[in-house]
Amino acid sequence: MATKNIMIVGVGGQGSLLASKLLGRLLVDEGLDVKVSEVHGMSQRGGSVVTYVKFGDKVYSPVIEDGEADFIVSFEKIEAARYTAKLKKGGTVIVNTQQIDPMPVIIGSESYPAEILEEMKDKGVHVDAIDALALATEAGSAKACNIVLMGRLAKYFDIPYEKWEAAIEKCVKPNFIDINKKAFSLGYHH
Amino acid sequence: MKELMIGNAALARGLYEAGCAVISSYPGTPSTEVTEEFAKFTDAYCEWAPNEKVAMEAAFGASLKGKRSACCMKHVGLNVAADPLFTLSYTGVNGGMVIVVADDPGMHSSQNEQDSRHYAIASKVPMLEPSDSQEALDFAKLAYEISEQFDTPVFIKMCTRVAHSQSIVEKGERTEVTKEYVKNPKKYIMAPANAIARHPFVEERTRKLTEFAETSGVNRIEEGDGTYDFGIITSSTSYQYVKETFGDSVAVLKLGMVNPLPVKLIKDFAAKVGKVYVIEELDPIIETHCKTIDVDVIGKAKFSLLGEFSQKTIAEAFGLEKKENVCLDTKIPVRPPMMCAGCPHRGMYYVLAKNKITVLGDIGCYTLGSMPPLNALDTTICMGASVSGLHGFNKAGGAETENHTVCVIGDSTFMHSGVTGLINIAYNQSNSTVIILDNSITGMTGHQQNPTTGYNIKGDPAGKVNLESLCHSIGINSVRVVDPYNLEECEKVIKEELAKNEPSVIISRRPCVLLKYVKPKKPLHVNTEKCRGCKRCMKFGCPAISFRDGHAVVDNTLCIGCGVCAGLCPFDAFESEGE
Repeated sequence: MATKNIMIVGVGGQGSLLASKLLGRLLVDEGLDVKVSEVHGMSQRGGSVVTYVKFGDKVYSPVIEDGEADFIVSFEKIEAARYTAKLKKGGTVIVNTQQIDPMPVIIGSESYPAEILEEMKDKGVHVDAIDALALATEAGSAKACNIVLMGRLAKYFDIPYEKWEAAIEKCVKPNFIDINKKAFSLGYHH
Repeated sequence: MKELMIGNAALARGLYEAGCAVISSYPGTPSTEVTEEFAKFTDAYCEWAPNEKVAMEAAFGASLKGKRSACCMKHVGLNVAADPLFTLSYTGVNGGMVIVVADDPGMHSSQNEQDSRHYAIASKVPMLEPSDSQEALDFAKLAYEISEQFDTPVFIKMCTRVAHSQSIVEKGERTEVTKEYVKNPKKYIMAPANAIARHPFVEERTRKLTEFAETSGVNRIEEGDGTYDFGIITSSTSYQYVKETFGDSVAVLKLGMVNPLPVKLIKDFAAKVGKVYVIEELDPIIETHCKTIDVDVIGKAKFSLLGEFSQKTIAEAFGLEKKENVCLDTKIPVRPPMMCAGCPHRGMYYVLAKNKITVLGDIGCYTLGSMPPLNALDTTICMGASVSGLHGFNKAGGAETENHTVCVIGDSTFMHSGVTGLINIAYNQSNSTVIILDNSITGMTGHQQNPTTGYNIKGDPAGKVNLESLCHSIGINSVRVVDPYNLEECEKVIKEELAKNEPSVIISRRPCVLLKYVKPKKPLHVNTEKCRGCKRCMKFGCPAISFRDGHAVVDNTLCIGCGVCAGLCPFDAFESEGE
């Protein structure tokens, strides 16, 4: 199969690491070549973070460039917008509608473009927006936003539901498996 | 079993499988995980050293005793370890010795973009450069073979994209190697007479390594299908970008060993393909070599000296079709990294900024104090430079600067190379005030223990440097400890210490809020009836506080209830739960 490209973006500390771990585990188990790339270090301190997940018969470059992403999964609204240029024509943005103000907004030097998802839709981007924070809270932990979004992403794939659940079991600590399975289900069925 | 591993974890696995018995390192992005992953193996020794020079010398000691050893560092760490490096090239090794160095093109988490390959050339030490995780594992084993066969330390050079990208790896078994230690002054005492005798060995070794580079298979040619009338010489992550762009259509000379570089192999490749492009990040190392051996290549004339490459860099350089995408008109506010909600450094910076004090800064999380709204720093150079720089600043400025200039340095950075600067302050007596931001951990690189924390890399109890005693014993008489959550106390102590006509140290002590043992308190909230929207709290720069509809708002997913903001508010609008 041709290489598929997924970007997971958000704010440092939102749990993109678990999301990419889950995807990586699942795709390796599917027998595919996989590369997952992220930058550690300074970006973890509340900055904009991005993870590239690429899979197919053979993957070379670990990074995703302009016009190459099939999916952008965003944990926050303007982070989805920040990376829209990376989206392939006809690609999909799955976005948590949460708003987290960056420092320039906090100190009042810039304003938060609250209507940004509308602009994306107007420009022909397929935007799939959900309140992942509410669904995660319903599942039992606000921290499960990441898995709610993975549940949403799973709808776009032909991989059986049970395999996603199996990957969750492999990636999550035993105490948190139930919450995460519920979060996944809420994202999938919402 | 096939497993996804970041390059650093795969490299750690390779070192382990090759029988590495001792690793000594200092953390630094993007190299840190090699040592952290290695620490998970129970049958090999692993440690954080105070700095990279100590780490490299410890690794050499283990090699001398006959064990395979390694030390790991980031590119700028290699500057610190450069002293032993150049002489270890002369002595060579007993057990194999690997030096892992990780460059950071694009400066994701670094203060410069230096190219470590220069060090391999300058020190005449061979350097391998993997392009993915499997190669990182395989090259670790190869490095030890080269090290023992040619009697030399061997570099493995990583870069951010190889170090932090996960790709599929197949694991193997560990084999242990032990050699006898035999006293050999001619090899290991590098006094002039012996060193003079040893230098020809180094040159001869490079000649033999060049032969190895020609034929060993570490450098390989991948034939193209004739679509293009040129060939490409490349290595590391650039190789992946070339393959992503051209697939198997272009001929590639993929270099796995970047020092010494082959001669005949490159000449043969060039003769076969005609026109040759060299694609390498940062400096023109391969390009310069090609030109030196009279092979005409195109390199930096077409590709930048700056930053990271990608498949886009290559597509643009060769004029390939641009991929269609969507561009938004709205400007998206930047989201720079910042100090966490509840970070103890923030309180100290708030006080320094409020009093308009000149602050010489250092390397760590606390470099983020330079960002708005605190804008609290004047300099950031390298590990330890804040302390030594402050001394020079005050020697030059005298009374003009002494009373309103300080430096700030973290606990780990102080151990790394701040203490020598402080010795200089005590010895040559400048009226300098040094603030040690002691958050009881190495923060920026992801929580590594250090000599002040009392724990080792495995989390077991270890020796603990007492900062107060250390400062006293080197001759600093005035040593004060403050809690950076207590802004009044901080301000009072800073003013008192700056006023003194002697060297002084203020230890700003509170553990990093991300440490597991630091239990967050309940988040505060804003009483909107009390809040008058004066925005004084916004000057504090806490990411948990924002301003909506004329009032401050606390994000309860970020707030850890430190309560410092409550002390700043003139209207007592910040309240804890139940109030």
